[in-house]
Amino acid sequence: MVRLYTEDLQISYDDRLIVKGLSVQIPDQKVTAIIGANGCGKSTFLKAVTRLIPHQAGKVVLDGGNIAKQNTKKLAQKMAILPQTQEAASGLTVGELVSYGRFPYQNAMGRLTTHDTEVIDWALEVTNTSEYKYRQVDALSGGQRQRVWIAMALAQETDIIFLDEPTTYLDMAHQLEVLELLQKLNIEQQRTIVMVLHDLNQAARFADFIVAMKDGEIIRAGICEEVIQPDILRQVFRIDAEIGIDPRTGKPLCITYDLHKGDNRK
Amino acid sequence: MKEQKRKTTPFRIKLLASILLLLIVFLLAMKLGAAHTSWRDVWLSFTGSKQQSALILKEIRMPREIGALAVGAALAVSGAIMQGMTRNPLADPGLLGLTAGANAALAITLALVPAVNYFGIMIACFIGSAVGALLVFGIASAKRGGFAPIRLVLAGAAVSTFLFAIAEGVGLYFKISKDVSMWTAGGLIGTAWGQLQVIVPVILAGIFIAILLSRQLTLLSLNEEVAIGLGQNTFKVKVILFLIIILLAGAAVALVGNLAFVGLMIPHIVRAIVGTDYRFIIPVSVVIGGSFMLLADILGRTLQAPFETPVAALIAIIGLPFFLVIVRKGGRAFS
Repeated sequence: MVRLYTEDLQISYDDRLIVKGLSVQIPDQKVTAIIGANGCGKSTFLKAVTRLIPHQAGKVVLDGGNIAKQNTKKLAQKMAILPQTQEAASGLTVGELVSYGRFPYQNAMGRLTTHDTEVIDWALEVTNTSEYKYRQVDALSGGQRQRVWIAMALAQETDIIFLDEPTTYLDMAHQLEVLELLQKLNIEQQRTIVMVLHDLNQAARFADFIVAMKDGEIIRAGICEEVIQPDILRQVFRIDAEIGIDPRTGKPLCITYDLHKGDNRK
Repeated sequence: MKEQKRKTTPFRIKLLASILLLLIVFLLAMKLGAAHTSWRDVWLSFTGSKQQSALILKEIRMPREIGALAVGAALAVSGAIMQGMTRNPLADPGLLGLTAGANAALAITLALVPAVNYFGIMIACFIGSAVGALLVFGIASAKRGGFAPIRLVLAGAAVSTFLFAIAEGVGLYFKISKDVSMWTAGGLIGTAWGQLQVIVPVILAGIFIAILLSRQLTLLSLNEEVAIGLGQNTFKVKVILFLIIILLAGAAVALVGNLAFVGLMIPHIVRAIVGTDYRFIIPVSVVIGGSFMLLADILGRTLQAPFETPVAALIAIIGLPFFLVIVRKGGRAFS
């Protein structure tokens, strides 16, 4: 049995049903990518799984317990979530921001223990942000800032890390840097990574397990060879895709694509 | 090079410097004023001397200055919490209906229970400021995106006008306008030890809890999703913070009546000194807010001595341009 799964999860905003009865098991110690077109409910799903928003029916189970009934601080010691848009952290230094990652372990006074400081320094180091420790977060470039926020999530020392489109607004080299860092964390420290990605080829290259969503439902969930297939991509993204093999990684690669001409809209 | 500077001036030094400033301003406030006072008199008033000039200082000026300090601290901290919680740089208990609500509640209480004591007045102010705040946030939330800074301020202006009208109306109808305005426009005049004994402990308690929750407030001010993700019980934290805002704003009104802009200005000034972590903002706001009110009171008492210039008017003269600057810079001024 996996540690984290959802059962018949339903989420709505106002009266609109966004996620319709979604059941999925997230493989432990693997990298999972959730893909789908804009508005398919993938971010909503991620937020509900991490209890950022409530769900209306069904359940999210972590280690045998429904997350809605678990202590939120204890949950924060098991899973970290990096939301998509980080507002300006105006005035906070990188070190200060990352130290807030220790929040789930602290009491009211919030004194950092030696272990806390070690974890913070480690998080800064693996994200290559140690040199910015005393700089203001707002003074950093987009790529640097994203790495700092990832460092904060790492400082939470959780087995599971969720990320909502961690590569948005980054240029290609910085996107790769972030994804390789996550891959490294997965391989070297067996952390479970779950992320929403909008780039198909990045999902294929870095994820062990892919969940393809459309209109709040799962079209296919499986290893990338099962999911990155022309008929599934046609359903999920309305594209006719030419799938090849990436000569460097041996993973499926969407070489080129056109808008799907047939009427596949619901 | 900014980060170097930040690193070399530790928070402790900044806090100590601001406390030193507060002490100096407090002593000046004790010395300067209508009656001729010497430093010796000030000293004697602290030592419990029975000399007449010292006694006058101790019974009249000292409670007044302690009141000013407490009110400045209370308004500054409640403004800081409001700004952090709503991520709204224009939040201020005076601008978002809290003081107007307390004011109306005060008028109604004086009308119904003319013999009410300080404690009763204070409780009425708590309830009033809670009602004022809920009205403003209720109106703003009726529309999507209603919590945009300017919209909240507009709702605050509308609700405040309405609540002031109620206070006026009650005053006229029950023929107690004079009593009401003595409370609400009187500022610090006539602040007595008896009043302080009731109200200052509440302000101290509010500030203490605010300091305990300051880390939580920083998280909340960053991003609510980040706060939840880090395991904060955001609902509980928000409720407690709201109660502290009500306590502090209500207590301030019970002491001095209406006073806008202090809660707006002080946190922005403090951010320029210590950055945006509320662990630093709250304690320094206490000190700077207190110093600011003391200075305003010195000005009020000395500008056209022996007559008093209303402190609320003085502060509004500085506060309004400040407000406009913050609006113009989209809230990034001084931060």
